Amino acid sequence: YLIPLSSSHYPVNQTTMHRPSLSACQLILRSFGRSGGNIVASRRFASSMNVRDALNSAMKEEIERDPNVFLMGEEVAQYEGAYKVSKGLWKLMGDKRVIDTPITEMGFAGLAVGAAMAGLRPICEFMTFNFSMQAIDHVINSAAKTYYMSAGDVKVPIVFRGPNGAAAGVAAQHSQDFASWYSHCPGLKVVSPWNSEDARGLLKAAIRDNDPVVCLENEMMYGVSFEVSPECESKDFLIPIGKAKIEIPGNHISLISYGKFVGLCVEAAAELAKEGIQCEVLNLRTLRPLDEEAIVKSVMKTHHVVTVESCWPQCGMGAEIAARIMESQAFDYLDAPLTRMTGADVPMPYAQALEAAALPQVADIVRVVRRTLNRAAK
Amino acid sequence: RLRQSLLGRLPGLSNARRLLSAPPSGMPPDDEKPMFPGSRSSFTTQLDFIHPENFEGIPVYRLVNRRGDLVDGAPEPTLAGNKDLCLQVYETMLQLNIMDKILYDSQRQGRISFYMTSFGEEGIVANAAALNPNDLVFCQYRESGVLMQRGMELERFMDQCYSNDSDMNRGRQMPVHYGSKDHSFVTVSSPLATQMPQASGAAYAFKRMQNGLCVVCYFGDGSASEGDAHAALNFAATLDCPVMFVCRNNGYAISTPTSDQYRGDGIAIRGPAFGIPTVRVDGNDVFALYEVTQQARQLCLTEMRPTLIEMMTYRLGHHSTSDDSSAYRSVDELSFWDREDNPIIRMRKFLTKRGWWSDEQETATKQAIRKRVLQKFAQAEKRLKPNPMEMFSDVWARMPPRLRQQMEDTRRHLEAETSHYPELKNYKPIADVE
Repeated sequence: YLIPLSSSHYPVNQTTMHRPSLSACQLILRSFGRSGGNIVASRRFASSMNVRDALNSAMKEEIERDPNVFLMGEEVAQYEGAYKVSKGLWKLMGDKRVIDTPITEMGFAGLAVGAAMAGLRPICEFMTFNFSMQAIDHVINSAAKTYYMSAGDVKVPIVFRGPNGAAAGVAAQHSQDFASWYSHCPGLKVVSPWNSEDARGLLKAAIRDNDPVVCLENEMMYGVSFEVSPECESKDFLIPIGKAKIEIPGNHISLISYGKFVGLCVEAAAELAKEGIQCEVLNLRTLRPLDEEAIVKSVMKTHHVVTVESCWPQCGMGAEIAARIMESQAFDYLDAPLTRMTGADVPMPYAQALEAAALPQVADIVRVVRRTLNRAAK
Repeated sequence: RLRQSLLGRLPGLSNARRLLSAPPSGMPPDDEKPMFPGSRSSFTTQLDFIHPENFEGIPVYRLVNRRGDLVDGAPEPTLAGNKDLCLQVYETMLQLNIMDKILYDSQRQGRISFYMTSFGEEGIVANAAALNPNDLVFCQYRESGVLMQRGMELERFMDQCYSNDSDMNRGRQMPVHYGSKDHSFVTVSSPLATQMPQASGAAYAFKRMQNGLCVVCYFGDGSASEGDAHAALNFAATLDCPVMFVCRNNGYAISTPTSDQYRGDGIAIRGPAFGIPTVRVDGNDVFALYEVTQQARQLCLTEMRPTLIEMMTYRLGHHSTSDDSSAYRSVDELSFWDREDNPIIRMRKFLTKRGWWSDEQETATKQAIRKRVLQKFAQAEKRLKPNPMEMFSDVWARMPPRLRQQMEDTRRHLEAETSHYPELKNYKPIADVE
């Protein structure tokens, strides 16, 4: 199931795929529209917004709406966020609502959990989820399990958010995808937005949710702009946690993904559409609880499935989706085994070409779809 | 330069020199006072390492000695001025001690799975007596005395240890992991010291709410070594949180004596390092404990800052029922503290000398307590365990469909195969709807 890497796909001087391919992605969105696929877009877009602004505006509105909501993390206040996601918030809201913390993830995650236990609704930012490992005891043992272990006495309405997965050239200790680790745990909800609409709706829903929620973003998406619907700009725009979205409907194969890799699936779908292959791109949006109904429905329709993620293969999201399909009636509708496209089973290398080779790329998705459908390579 | 050299030759003017050398704005500073960010000391040409061994430890505040006498020159303790409260505190300590004995033995007999006693540290009752009942408590695991002082009924302790249908935790926790919203006592959590930054956070929330309450956080000498402890103290100080940290320094962390746990002067010395007003107190002297707790609480709330109390005491019991401390400490050491220096014995001596207590009262009270405890114990033991379907609730605020499906599958299976699960007769019926 691991995509074999051949040097013809990855010339040594190839620059990072992500930025050029994302502008192609935007073009795709404009031609396909929100309702996707072969249907000509009929909905009008209010405006364009990048993911950073989507997250920023979501936090701003929720902090304004509820006096108990506040943001804490390293560099979030005066510095406006390591990735500028909290730009302008401290200036507007002040020390009480946007708090810079000393460098101790263990410390400030614990502090945020305690504040939630005492009635506040913190948004706890990890500079990247890699550093959340230094606080993971608080995320799991202090936040996720507490409502259960206190039989409902102690609530922890907290949001842990930050960039997840690979960026560009930041090597192994800055590039891990934690989707698997966090969605493993009962008591947590885990969301992973792809585009600006996802980011706004899911983060707002997470902040208003009474359970602890982990929001896995991606640094490479922060600067990417997407068209957003007028509804998205409403202060009460919420995306239900636990519901996936069909970004592009299709009949031939289901491409199931989350976060940044939904974008790659959309690009692959465009390329494959040229040869008449209709991919259904399913954006999971929420990883826990997984929208099993949407997955099963899609697979029953298309009979073929490929999952795409940047987690390592063993015990990754694809593994869970494969198991769910096998356990459901969709199993009888499969015409081919599921292929899970994952990060390579190595700590993320630093060198650009190696990093590109360690992650699924559009060309890989295209090739795997063709293989699954038994189509010869073009 | 001329001014400097002149002033330098006139020693009497050295102070003036310091004043005069405050740099006017825009000018590079003179070399008189360190200008480093946050610096508040002076320069020195004397190369002296601070040798921790050269400092006598922070003194231990104590009012009543081991013989039960007010120490010469000590002021009359506040607690001693309230006979009713004294007797109530004493009886609560006795009740804690007796309940501990009975529950410890019940574990040895296989009736409950696990237990931790507070032997030697019952003084914590006096500490709790000085708090506001709504001050939010985050504790470690050896603070049942706080709950008892706050009035949690005897049966609830035992129901929790038995994980029966009246267990406040619905069978989800090991014994002694009590929690009670009614008593402002956050459910005990096993990982050590995680309650410390949580307490700082809760205190931050209280500060925001301006509710006139403080947070009290208990932890042990061993837990203080955790990274969380450092972060909690640092944050409480930098964020000006009204949290009272209370360290029970009882000499041991399971088998690790404090001589292996740290090299410094205990935990108290760390407080000032973080900018926290600190006091060390004799934890076996209930009168001193009551006094410092009152003062610490005042400080927390009037100055809106944390405080640190290190209560020195001795762990008379084993760490838990999974420990046999005879493996690492001598019988002589143990019997000294047992006979001479523990909160119960010292308070008893004081009360007896005051004429507020007698041997007859001691015998009668202990008998009455024991009878009461045994009665509640028997009741708790007989109660059914919770409905097994409760295993599936409270994972999230609302049960998701997939979990509900698992619950229904389990229920159907158990109902169909009851004969294969004889232990179900000890549980509330599955069919009971929540």
